[in-house]
Amino acid sequence: MKILVCISNVPDTTTKVRFVENNKKLDTTGIQWVINPWDELSLTRALELKDDPASGVTSVTVAHVGLAAAEPTIRKALAIGADDALRINAEPSDAFYVAFQLAEVIRTNSFDIILCGIESSDHNGSSTGGMLAELLDYPSVSAISSLQIRDGQVGITREIDGGKETLTLPVPFVGIVQKGIAKEPRIAAMRGIMMARSKPVKITEPVSVEAFTEVLEYEMPEPRAACKLIDPEDPKQLISLLQNEAKVI
Amino acid sequence: MSVLVYTENWDGEFKKLSFELVSYASKVAEMLNTTTAVLSLGNVENDELMKLGKYGAQKIINVRGDVFAVLDNQLFSTAIADISQKENASVVILSNNNTGKALAPRLSVRLKAGIASGVSRLPISIDPFVVYKRAYSGNAYAHVRIKTDIKILTLAQNSFEITVHECNATIENQEITLDPLLVKTRVNDVQKQTGKVLLTDADVVVSGGRGMKSPDNWGPLVELADLLGAATACSRPVSDEGWREHEEHTGQTGKIIAPNLYIAIGISGATQHLAGVSASKYIVAINTDKDAPIFEAAQYGIVGDAMKILPRLVEAVKEMKSK
Ligand SMILES: Cc1cc2nc3c(=O)[nH]c(=O)nc-3n(C[C@H](O)[C@H](O)[C@H](O)COP(=O)(O)OP(=O)(O)OC[C@H]3O[C@@H](n4cnc5c(N)ncnc54)[C@H](O)[C@@H]3O)c2cc1C
Repeated sequence: MKILVCISNVPDTTTKVRFVENNKKLDTTGIQWVINPWDELSLTRALELKDDPASGVTSVTVAHVGLAAAEPTIRKALAIGADDALRINAEPSDAFYVAFQLAEVIRTNSFDIILCGIESSDHNGSSTGGMLAELLDYPSVSAISSLQIRDGQVGITREIDGGKETLTLPVPFVGIVQKGIAKEPRIAAMRGIMMARSKPVKITEPVSVEAFTEVLEYEMPEPRAACKLIDPEDPKQLISLLQNEAKVI
Repeated sequence: MSVLVYTENWDGEFKKLSFELVSYASKVAEMLNTTTAVLSLGNVENDELMKLGKYGAQKIINVRGDVFAVLDNQLFSTAIADISQKENASVVILSNNNTGKALAPRLSVRLKAGIASGVSRLPISIDPFVVYKRAYSGNAYAHVRIKTDIKILTLAQNSFEITVHECNATIENQEITLDPLLVKTRVNDVQKQTGKVLLTDADVVVSGGRGMKSPDNWGPLVELADLLGAATACSRPVSDEGWREHEEHTGQTGKIIAPNLYIAIGISGATQHLAGVSASKYIVAINTDKDAPIFEAAQYGIVGDAMKILPRLVEAVKEMKSK
């Protein structure tokens, strides 16, 4: 069984974002780029499965739509343990554009399980995985918190509003992953970093397609009012403020 | 042209989220000078369906069928796309909950419609169609233009006020022929949380962090939540340690919530935690460290030891309730 993990290259989650060019573009100065947190968890789970001979997983590939600047993030995925990588050499302009490019490389490479994160921490779109599944006409399951494979059978747990469902699904499919699928993201060891240098990254040029959406500008959230401090000896005052001033209890 | 909303049902019933969706959709329809239709898939009784009319829908499209008992993304998105086309919908609205996130992108491809997900306000403009949405996990907002003829929006939960109208809706029963072979998802087991306020639905949330020190200290926090009719939540390290269930983890990698009131106890307020709670209308912080970043996000704060303050808050709420 072959697994593909689609990875997004995002600013480190502690970044204080700023914008330039009339708030049209992210100011990338000083930004640390990382693998999108959910993609990192998907990759970790894919590698755990590959380590377990009973799963029948034989290879883990990562795919990324992005320009050469994203190479360090791809190398990091290889250092963590992915076997090889595919990079589609294009600016990832929106979810549809990215999904369209991914669908194209999947059609020519064939995978059994394709994993995407439930969202990318930059645009918070929650769209790429589902679009990819529809473009490929594959089934999809979203909000996956557990993925098991035994004797070629896939077992999945997904989160629903107020509960969980366990289900089975034939391959190929697109799995859209949330937290829980792996405990901690795997970290690259020195040996992995050395080996990553010689692992293959196949670069392909994009196919022509129009994005569905565009960002016109960004704005910062409205600043919050200063915090009112309440005497720790008199918490009744807090309850009274919540009841009479904020009117939320 | 029309606005179509899809709402799921929970064992044949709708909830606040459904009414928020319809309220939002009817306001979008007003902007477009058109009407709102709501689609329900599955078995829901007529009086439950009529509830949707109160929030501004003119038409309630009811497609019954046992096949809708289990969420299969291909089946559901085929059905919604089918009805959207019949209704000539120009805007399709779903929730930004797990179901909406599973279906909207598939619909997007089927209808060749761009998506803006997690919107919390009405569109900025209709022509061009520009919406305001969360970006960089709540650290910024983006003005996104949807360029396609049909637009899909997913609405963030608890972000739009419910408005009640005179109900003049009609129910239209429709049938769709769907290929049963389409259903690939086989659900073997369902575990539902019962008797608890759902975190994503809750108006008030009481949340604990590492400052709670040990899983044994949660008693007064839970009692406070019960008294307030609130859901309980926690920071990531707390669920990673297994002190509390994973379902309670809020933040960037956990649940993203927008209650009216979020009480953060012993939580430092890391960016990744705030990413999940910053849309709350009010935040209360209780923390021993007066410099903790949570106080920058909070409107009300108490600098002090949670172990001492929690029991006093419990008493104060009891007193308030007895009045
Ligand atoms: C990729 C990534 C994603 C992440 N996603 C999330 C996420 O989704 N959600 C999340 O929560 N975190 C997330 N984190 C972790 C985040 O960075 C913080 O580590 C975490 O939020 C800290 O949790 P905490 O506030 O409970 O603990 P701490 O940061 O340890 O804070 C404990 C607080 O309790 C206070 N305290 C101590 N004793 C008391 C007392 N007796 N009474 C009152 N206050 C007391 C302390 O002053 C301190 O402020 C993520 C991190 C990464 C790298």
